[in-house]
Amino acid sequence: MDESEKLMTDTASNPNYELQIGVERGKALTFFLRGRISLYDADQLFSEMKASLSQQNPPAVRIDLAEVSYMDGAGILTLLRMEDNVQKAGIPFALVRVPEEIRGMMRLIDKEGINKPPLRVRSETAGVVEGIGKISMQIYADFASIMAFLGELVAAVAYLIRRPREVRWDDVFFYMRRVGAEGLPIVGLISLLVGLIIAFMSSLQLKQFGANVYVASLVAVAIVRELGPIMTAILVAGRSASAFAAEIGTMRVNDEVDALVTMGFDPIRFLVIPKLIATVIVLPLLILYADLFGILGGMIVGIVGLDLTAYTYLQASQRSVTIFYLNSSLVKAAVFAGIIAWIGCQRGFQVRGGVEEVGAATTSAVVTSILLIVIVDSAFAIVLHYL
Amino acid sequence: MGENHPKKTNSDDPVIVVEGLTARFGETTVLDDVNLRVFRGEILCIVGGSGCGKSTLLKLMIGLIRPKAGRVLMGGVDIAAVDNEKLNRIRRGIGVLFQSDALFGSMTLGENVGLPLSSFTAISVETVKRIVRMKLGMVNLGGYENHYPSELSGGMRKRAGLARAMSLDPQVLFFDEPSAGLDPVNSAELEKLILGINADLGTTMVIVSHQVDLVLRVADRVIMLDQDVRGIVAEGTPQELRLSVTDPHIRNFLFREDAPVGKG
Repeated sequence: MDESEKLMTDTASNPNYELQIGVERGKALTFFLRGRISLYDADQLFSEMKASLSQQNPPAVRIDLAEVSYMDGAGILTLLRMEDNVQKAGIPFALVRVPEEIRGMMRLIDKEGINKPPLRVRSETAGVVEGIGKISMQIYADFASIMAFLGELVAAVAYLIRRPREVRWDDVFFYMRRVGAEGLPIVGLISLLVGLIIAFMSSLQLKQFGANVYVASLVAVAIVRELGPIMTAILVAGRSASAFAAEIGTMRVNDEVDALVTMGFDPIRFLVIPKLIATVIVLPLLILYADLFGILGGMIVGIVGLDLTAYTYLQASQRSVTIFYLNSSLVKAAVFAGIIAWIGCQRGFQVRGGVEEVGAATTSAVVTSILLIVIVDSAFAIVLHYL
Repeated sequence: MGENHPKKTNSDDPVIVVEGLTARFGETTVLDDVNLRVFRGEILCIVGGSGCGKSTLLKLMIGLIRPKAGRVLMGGVDIAAVDNEKLNRIRRGIGVLFQSDALFGSMTLGENVGLPLSSFTAISVETVKRIVRMKLGMVNLGGYENHYPSELSGGMRKRAGLARAMSLDPQVLFFDEPSAGLDPVNSAELEKLILGINADLGTTMVIVSHQVDLVLRVADRVIMLDQDVRGIVAEGTPQELRLSVTDPHIRNFLFREDAPVGKG
C-alpha cells in the first residue's frame, strides 16, 4: 500500500497503527504505539487503550511513541484524553520516547483551551411572549425606518421640483428602459394569458344562460379596474424593486454610497429620484399596455370559443369601460410606482453589513412592496366604490 | 506632546480642528473626548490596532457620522451644525479614498472622475474630458478613461479612486487604509503618489492605517489611538515617537520592539 492509498483507505476496521500492550506484574502498563495515528483511527485507538486499562488496573501507565511514524492533531488529542482519564483514576501517567515532531505539535496545543467552557452560551429559544415582543419591536423599527425614508424622499422631490435641472435625466431614461421597455414581453404575455383565463372560465358559466356577449364586459372591467394594474405592479415589483434594492445594497457594501456623500451628492436625489421618476412614468404606460393584451386574450376566447365577432367583442368591451375606470387605474398605477421605487430603494439603503444582506434586502423589497401594493389596492377599491 | 512640526507644516494654520469628540455606538463608547488638529500641508497619519476607532474618527471628520459630543471644524465651520446644503459644499473641498476604492461600477473611469466636475461646475464637456485625462495621467492611468472599474486590477482601481478624490482639487485628502489589499509593488507606487501629490500640490492629507511601516515612511505627524483609552495615546513626528515613547505596547505596535507576547 503506497502513501496516497494509505490516506484514502483509512477505515476503523483496518487501522494503520499497531498497539502492543506491555504488562509487568505490579508495575507500569505500557502501550507501545507503532505506525500512523490519525483522525480516522483515533477513536478506535482510544477505546482499545481504555479497555485494556480497565482490565489491568495498573499502578502506572506509560505510552511509548518511539515507533510512531505519523501523528496528527487528533492523535495528540487521543493521548491527552488518555492522560485525562488515567489521571482522574489517580494513576500516574507518562509519555515516553516522544519523537521531536510530536513534541512540536504538543507545544502548539493549548491544554486549558480544550477544556474551557465556551465564552458565550448559545441562547435557548426565547419564550412565546419574548418572541412576540422581539418581533413587534422589529416591525416597529422597520416601519419607522420606512417612514423616515419616505420623509427624505418627499423632501428630495420637493427640492427637485424647484430645480428640475438637477435631476439626473440620463439616469431617468436608463431606468425607463430597464423598468418599462425590458418588461414589455413578460407583461404582455402574462396579461394576455390572464385575459384568456378569465374569459374562458367565465364563458363556461355564462354560456349556460346564453349570455356569451357579457364575457367581453366581464373581462374588460376585471382587467381595466383591477387585474391590469395589480398584475403589472406585482410584475414590476418583482423585476424592479428587487433590482433597485440589489443595486443600492451593493453600492452600500462597496462604500459607493459613502463616496457619493463625501463627494457632496445627496444619495436620495442621486440614486432614488431617477428610479422614482422613471417608474412613475413607465408603470401607467405598462398598465395600459397590459389592459390591451388582457382584452386581446379575452377576445381570442370570444372569437374562437363563443362565436363572437371581433367587432361585437370590442364594442361590448368599450361600452363597459368608462373613462373614470381608466383614469382611476392610472392614478393607482402612479401610487404603485411610488411604492415600488420607495420600498425597493429603502431596502437597498438598509443594507449595513456585508454581501449576505443584499440578498435579504432584495427579497424583502419584493415582499414588502407587493404587500403594500395589495393593501393600497384594497383601500382604492373601497374609496373608488363610494366616489 | 511635541510641538516640533516639520518645515512644510504650518502649525498656525489648522485646516481641521477636532474638539472633545465623542462617538458612541449603542452602549459602547468608541472615542471619548478626542482633540486633534490637522495643519495645512502636512501628512497626518492616524494609526492604531483593529477596533481602536480610527475608521470612526475618519468618518466623523468627513461628516459621515455625527458626533455624540464635541465638534469637527473644517475651515472654521462646525460640520455637524450646518445644514446639508452647506455641508455638501464643504465636502466638495475634500477628497476621500476609501479602503474599497468605492468607484461606481456602472460608470467608466472617465465618468467616475468627471462626475463631480460635471455636476458641480459649469465647465464644458470638452474641458471636463481634458481635466479627467489630466487627473488620470497624474495617477499613471492615462488612456484608461473608457475602462470600467471591474476591468482593472486592485492597484489601478485604488489609483483611479485617488484620481476621483482629486477631481475638484481638494484642500484635504483622506485615505482609509490606502495600502490594504495591495501587493508591495502597487503599494509602493501609491505611496510615491501620495508623497508626490503632497509635495507638488501641497495637499493636506489625513491617512488612517494600521500599516505602520507605510505610516512611518510618509507621515509628518502620527497620532496613535487605543481601544482601551478610547482616544489618543501617542502623538508626534515619527522621530519624536521613536525617542519619546516608553510604553512597551505602543513601542511594540509602532516599531515591533519589546514584544510582550509571541515568539520574538
